[in-house]
Amino acid sequence: MNNPYLQEELLRMSGVDPKKCMACGKCSASCPAYDEMEYHPHQFVSMVKNGDIEPLMKSESLYRCLTCFACAERCPRGVEPAKLVEAVRLAVIRQQGANRLKAQDVPALLDEEIPQQALVSAFRKYAK
Amino acid sequence: MKVSYFPGCTLKNKAKALDEYARRSAEALGVTLEEIENWQCCGGVFTTARDEVATKLSSVRILKAAQEKEQPLVTVCSACHNVVKQTNHAMQTDREFADKVNRYMAEEAPYNGETEIYHYLELLRDVIGFDALKEKVVNPLKGKKIAAYYGCLLLRPSGVMKMDDPENPSIIEDLIRALGAEPVIYANRNECCGGYILAESPALAKKNSNAVVENAKAAGAEMIITACPLCRYNLVKNGADIPVVYFTELLAEALGVKEDTNE
Repeated sequence: MNNPYLQEELLRMSGVDPKKCMACGKCSASCPAYDEMEYHPHQFVSMVKNGDIEPLMKSESLYRCLTCFACAERCPRGVEPAKLVEAVRLAVIRQQGANRLKAQDVPALLDEEIPQQALVSAFRKYAK
Repeated sequence: MKVSYFPGCTLKNKAKALDEYARRSAEALGVTLEEIENWQCCGGVFTTARDEVATKLSSVRILKAAQEKEQPLVTVCSACHNVVKQTNHAMQTDREFADKVNRYMAEEAPYNGETEIYHYLELLRDVIGFDALKEKVVNPLKGKKIAAYYGCLLLRPSGVMKMDDPENPSIIEDLIRALGAEPVIYANRNECCGGYILAESPALAKKNSNAVVENAKAAGAEMIITACPLCRYNLVKNGADIPVVYFTELLAEALGVKEDTNE
């Protein structure tokens, strides 16, 4: 179901213009999480452009993006797919009770060496 | 020379070596790192959404603290640098965002991205200079083959970070040369280790980290250096069988200040 308000919000939040995409696929070819993704960076661009957002919101792909910005850096058209992935993920985790990572999940991640940076970063990406 | 310094959360805990060797080496080079008072964690990753304000306020406060002291701001951790620099860029270029931040902070003088921010590597290259650094080296690391691991945070997005060529960087290799060692160039030096993905998919972190280590070793590396505690953790945790150390440790060793004489 196409939700024009959500589409508009995602474009505004991310600042991305998916119409600039020329579908070369370099973003997905650069993606270090490609093999673990159901929808790849180029599909985020085309699906948001087409208003086909619901499948993205339900996809595990949202939690596989590393925000390493390889896709954004290597895009010959400056589309920055990583920002769209982030916008869709935020649209999901901003919903009531939709935090992907919860405080009670943390003890299982801990070992003697894990840097604080790992935990604060994961919370930034997976929880609101 | 005195500069404002933001160490960040991890350098006060699991990455104390990154911090201590940075301070000691800076002193040896005539730069005092003055830690900003009452700083808060940057959050580890920059949230790219333009409507995210609260998550960027700690970075703005850090930048403003340096501005008030009329000093440039220096960071060491790759993540802190990425977050604070991207926030500063947003304050300079996104008027709507900057206005929201300034209205929220409600301080007398608005902040509009005036602070100059350097990563420690940029301090070495652009302020001190690698030639001047070379002259201060007392313990050249001769013959060591060292791989620079940039990861993602130092270089990207390059239009904002402006540290180096995002695909063919040289700043850490030039540092390695200045310290008397030999840099090893390898393809994966600017590929992501997996970062925070360990919370979701440890297998993906392992795959990416192993690819970096194997690629560096195949190019002849005996050691990997990094500026990022999470890169180091991922590489070591996933079985790196060559040493992975912070660049500041190597710097301190070459400058002859690795052992703390004050203790």
